[in-house]
Amino acid sequence: MAETPRLRHSLWVRVTHWLTTLAFLALLVTGLEIVVSHPRFYWGEVGNINTQPLFQIPIPASRATVPTGYGYTLPDQNGWSRYLHFQSAWLLVLTGLLYVGVGLFGGHFRRTLFPSRSDLSAKQLMSSISEHLRFKRPGPEEAWSYNVLQRIAYLLVTFVGFPLIIWTGVAMSPSFVSAFPAAVNVLGGQQSARTLHFFLTGALVLFLLVHILMVIVAGFWSRVRAMTTGRASRAMITGRAPAVKQEGV
Amino acid sequence: MSKLSRRQLIATGVVTAAGAGGLAVAAGIARRYGLVPPDSGGIYGPGETLTYAAQRVLTKHSPAREFSRGQISAKPFANEVSPLGDEFARLQKASFADWRLTVDGTVAEPTTFSLAELRSFPRRSHITMIQCEEGWSYIAEWTGVPLSHVLTVVGAAPKATHVVYRSFQPDWWESIDMADALHPQTLLALEMNGGQLPVGFGGPLRMRVTRQLGYKSVKYITHLTVTDNIKQFGKGLGSASPEAGYAWFAGI
Repeated sequence: MAETPRLRHSLWVRVTHWLTTLAFLALLVTGLEIVVSHPRFYWGEVGNINTQPLFQIPIPASRATVPTGYGYTLPDQNGWSRYLHFQSAWLLVLTGLLYVGVGLFGGHFRRTLFPSRSDLSAKQLMSSISEHLRFKRPGPEEAWSYNVLQRIAYLLVTFVGFPLIIWTGVAMSPSFVSAFPAAVNVLGGQQSARTLHFFLTGALVLFLLVHILMVIVAGFWSRVRAMTTGRASRAMITGRAPAVKQEGV
Repeated sequence: MSKLSRRQLIATGVVTAAGAGGLAVAAGIARRYGLVPPDSGGIYGPGETLTYAAQRVLTKHSPAREFSRGQISAKPFANEVSPLGDEFARLQKASFADWRLTVDGTVAEPTTFSLAELRSFPRRSHITMIQCEEGWSYIAEWTGVPLSHVLTVVGAAPKATHVVYRSFQPDWWESIDMADALHPQTLLALEMNGGQLPVGFGGPLRMRVTRQLGYKSVKYITHLTVTDNIKQFGKGLGSASPEAGYAWFAGI
């Protein structure tokens, strides 16, 4: 068998990565569009323009009844936004289940995401944090592997961020919580779920921005190509192919 | 390509094929058991069908959360409606004595009820939340006749799949499936917070569907049609909402 280049990212990782990207961007745009119809946030079970908001985003609204201080209303885009939001949510959930299922049972998470004990030592963590803060371009050792901060960030997004935003999302559904009232009760109420859903969006957007920044630091096109074709570029390997044995990631 | 990644490629192919096959089978089952919403066509059809089917499997008979008296919103908010016109003003002046609710369709006895007749039926109250798709909400006590009772009185056919309801406001109509129509919390509401239902909140008669967003709780109800063919109404999308770009199922 002819020698072929090993893959940086296997097919299912690449497919789930870009499907998640697509779903997330659609959810973000439509979610903000939905917020525009009532850019006020509350805590507890209920909230409306006759009650005190927790905070209000200082933007005009798409509904005339919301007192925003602006003398005009934006066009109402809620119909298609809600349709696309839920369709994208399904794409995100199904892609996420595939990713987590294959990742857990195929050993991918164990091999590439779970940090080793030595990675988690204070010294290692501090050195990795310092490298990130100095925007140090990753060396060849990272052409085939994730650094410890990357691993922690990806694990947090996969196992904390997305599960929480899906939970707070369905906790707003009057139909879903009729069968699973605890889903909203433990969050402190339906409006609390909505507010938390908004904060979690902020957290995931922050991850996305840092993720893109780090990809730029590491070499934007080489990393995007690796996540698309699966192949590591020469730039990533920087002329020194690692001597490690093929592990078939 | 290495042996391992080839094996992985094959595995991915098998998973994808199984997924596609599974989807086709699921679509067939969904159609057979009434898990496909009327607005399942178009580019958002897959998402809507998944949402509606999942909700119906999980929540068919579950009751919406009920709240304590202390949680009733002191200042509920009602969205504005377009002017109701002279005819409504005349009815209102006569304390809605001439308000009529017509029930027809696949029923044994098509009937027209006055509000007094509706008030003589067994009534039910619940303190529930109404949520607008815009994001705001309030809690109120709703009192009225369970829709299921009216359907029993007129003898709705067992083969019925949906109840279509119309508002005094022209071109405003909605529909719900039998899971919601026969749900014990679904009311033809006559009262709110112990008093007559204010006009701003849909008085004299409002459909109150507790497990869906506010736009399914249509105000000023005048007409119910029981049907086993929801596609024959309007553009065949189930209600006026999808015709205006909003989902027919508003449970989320």
